[in-house]
Amino acid sequence: MNNSNTAGGGRDLNKVLRTNKIGAAAAAFLVLIVVASIAAPLLSPFDPQHVDLTATLQGPSKIHPLGTDSAGRDMLSRLLYGGRTTLTAAVTAVLVAMIIGIPSGLLAGYYGKWADSVGVWASNMLLSLPAIVVLLAGRAAFGPSVWISMTVFGVLTSATLFRLTRTTVQNVRHELYIDAAKVSGLTDTRIIGRHVLVVIRAPIIIQASMIAGIAIGVQAGLDFLGLTDPNVPAWGTMLSEGFRNIFVDQSLTLWPALAISLTTMSFVLLANGLRDALEDKPHAAVSTTAGRTISTVSVRESDSDSDSDSDSDSAAILRVRGLTIAYPDASGSLVFWVVDCVSFSVAPGETVGIVGESGSGKTQTAFSILGLLPEAAQLVSGSIEFDGSTLWGAHSGRTTRESRALFGREISYVPQEPMSNLDPCFTIGYQLTRPLIRTGGMTKRDATEYSIGLLERVGIVNPTQTMKSYPHQISGGMAQRVLIAGAVAPKPKLLIADEPTTALDVTVQAEVLDLLRGLQADLNMSLVIVTHNFGVVADLCQRVVVMRTGAIAESGPTEQILESPRSAYTQLLLDSLLENKPPLSRLPRIA
Amino acid sequence: MLTYLLRRLLSAVVLLFTISTLTFFLIYSSGSNTARTILGESATDQQVLAKAHELGLDQPIMSRYWSWLSSAATGNLGTSWFTSEPVAYSLETRLPITLSLVVTATVFAAVCATALAMVAAVRRGWLDKALQVLSVLGFAIPSFIVAIFLISTFAINLQIFPATGYVPATENPRQWAVSLALPILALLVATVASSASQLRSAIIDVMQRDFVRTLKARGLPTREIMFRHVLRSAATAALTVLSLQFVALLSGSVVIEQMFALPGIGSLAVNSTTRGDLPVVMGVTVYTVIVVIIVNTIADLLAAWLNPKVRSTL
Repeated sequence: MNNSNTAGGGRDLNKVLRTNKIGAAAAAFLVLIVVASIAAPLLSPFDPQHVDLTATLQGPSKIHPLGTDSAGRDMLSRLLYGGRTTLTAAVTAVLVAMIIGIPSGLLAGYYGKWADSVGVWASNMLLSLPAIVVLLAGRAAFGPSVWISMTVFGVLTSATLFRLTRTTVQNVRHELYIDAAKVSGLTDTRIIGRHVLVVIRAPIIIQASMIAGIAIGVQAGLDFLGLTDPNVPAWGTMLSEGFRNIFVDQSLTLWPALAISLTTMSFVLLANGLRDALEDKPHAAVSTTAGRTISTVSVRESDSDSDSDSDSDSAAILRVRGLTIAYPDASGSLVFWVVDCVSFSVAPGETVGIVGESGSGKTQTAFSILGLLPEAAQLVSGSIEFDGSTLWGAHSGRTTRESRALFGREISYVPQEPMSNLDPCFTIGYQLTRPLIRTGGMTKRDATEYSIGLLERVGIVNPTQTMKSYPHQISGGMAQRVLIAGAVAPKPKLLIADEPTTALDVTVQAEVLDLLRGLQADLNMSLVIVTHNFGVVADLCQRVVVMRTGAIAESGPTEQILESPRSAYTQLLLDSLLENKPPLSRLPRIA
Repeated sequence: MLTYLLRRLLSAVVLLFTISTLTFFLIYSSGSNTARTILGESATDQQVLAKAHELGLDQPIMSRYWSWLSSAATGNLGTSWFTSEPVAYSLETRLPITLSLVVTATVFAAVCATALAMVAAVRRGWLDKALQVLSVLGFAIPSFIVAIFLISTFAINLQIFPATGYVPATENPRQWAVSLALPILALLVATVASSASQLRSAIIDVMQRDFVRTLKARGLPTREIMFRHVLRSAATAALTVLSLQFVALLSGSVVIEQMFALPGIGSLAVNSTTRGDLPVVMGVTVYTVIVVIIVNTIADLLAAWLNPKVRSTL
């Protein structure tokens, strides 16, 4: 295990060097600084402290490649020796921060309880202190040495490593493999060594690189302020010397400023490069290349256009034809085909169920009708027609302004998870009335009255009180009723409900289904219910579309599919339902 | 609310007590011969002993701590060993200068960073990438190097702004603003850079939440969703970022004040540290911690005002 650790670390770094040119350049620059600093005695043409008052403030020359300062000291030699101070600063701060931060973070994250409380309190305290005040106090107490200032700084920043370690450990602590390790009798020390350290290694390397960069900046600041030993060559001291002569010669500040900036920047860029390599951001490449890819695959359209559309009648309110949706991978080629040539239609007042297990593409289909697909999603081919007009098709690419105007008026949406679909910062009343005012053109007063009526209709006992409540003050069942009220408020022609009962208690589920049925009858709207539950289908739907891995397995009238499914997959879904759960109202008759 | 504020006050007192105690023992337990420093090399040993006695340096540390704490509790932070000026007085005359620097920088940074973060989060693409590169640069380059660049460009080469000096606002408000422009700008670069990228992630995080999708499905215009809903939810994270930035700015202002010769707390802190003027060092610590506590409390109250869920936990 330990071998694979080091191999993993090496692989990460290799990956950065290969794929991230900036990260590689930063690493190369840092290596250069390290080598130059170590070899300073060999490379320096002069003693860095050698004063020559006959050669002050000289420009670059053969003897002094970077010129001399106001005391006639050689700039290049001082720069090379100054690198040593810089590296001492970085190494000291990182080591101190690691020695304090990592073990305490492990303790707090793994054992929790009082170790956690004490650690969190201490780290909050350290982070709330302005670093410079503590550094100055340390300077007043122990004197002007790099070791001391960077030890103090290391203690201060150990709080960030503590937090990082603690959170990461807390996240893995409850993973199953940790439990398994515990059950199999491994000691805590071995679990931490084997399983936990592996997880925190990468974030700690990144954070250490950041700390090194910041530490160099801080040390340079202290040198610049003249708070450190002036007899030790340091970049900050050189900068301060140059700053005092800035009206005489501005170029004196150039080299130390460049050295400090480039070194801190390299550490930060290296950290970023490592993070990118480890996170493998895919979305970065998506938007720029996706358009080109579409044209290469839109050939598919021709074979998907004509077929499987025969069962739709001409009066359909919603008609989905050959819908094909794909997501690009990091390189921009469309590899994830989530919906493949799906066609179905919904008649006015009809209820259609889209059934399938998770990953079957049913929610993606629903979102495409609502115009809610993520940015990265591409409509490869097919079209969606609503009430005679095209919502969007492969020809138009994205939804048009006119079709967007339909969302929230003619087409409505009831989401799956009630609590996360209400904005926690606004009252229920605001969230219900605002769309009515904004897109429905109602006055505030009318909208409020109408919303109270709606809340009553969806079965909320105290509507006036609920209007004033915030989402966290109501239950999940109530939240789902509120969302349903919001969805039916504009009296839509089509309501799309995405697993409307999955997140609710069993007792509430039946009530919500009843509510949906009642509202549908009241408003004579069409209803598309996305679900994995055949019980819901049997209860509400006239027709069913069974989806599997992005394609339609079969579709037809509910009774027919429940009684004599043609597809083996449908049979499988039905079997699993009958084995696990007592069916809802209509099923017993059929079975 | 009242119990929250009381609890907050109590924890503030505990924090202040802990930090000042630690600092006291840290700086007073060191053996540096302050009496000698004050009197200079020419003083006789007798004079040095007499001075040490006068300052109470010959007393045991516990009794010195006790006398410091009991008078600090009444607001008396002692007098400077070098200027004989009351510490509280010199802090109170200098605090407004530091605060005008740091508060202005924080406010400007909040506005700029939010605007940048919004644009980057919504548009993505090249602008987003540019922001990320700039935020690395701004974060990595120390503010005193930015200041040197600003001074050589605007004060020496273009001669638009004065390089150093401070004019009180009561004397000449225009001159005051001019004298603070470059220092604030120098502080602003790093603050905007590092907070913009954090705000960007916070905004993108909120944009991916379920309720934003539902609001879109309700037909609300994108502009309204972004400005009312996304921004408000992201504000909790933003306030945390900004209050940490404020603390960082207090540190940054120490160097900046020194460079621009602004008579704020920072330059006082540097001078007193190099001289070993311990009562002033203690005073600076106490005042800074108080400022930080006040700012954090304000940030928490703002978060509660913006977010009812946070409010209910108060």
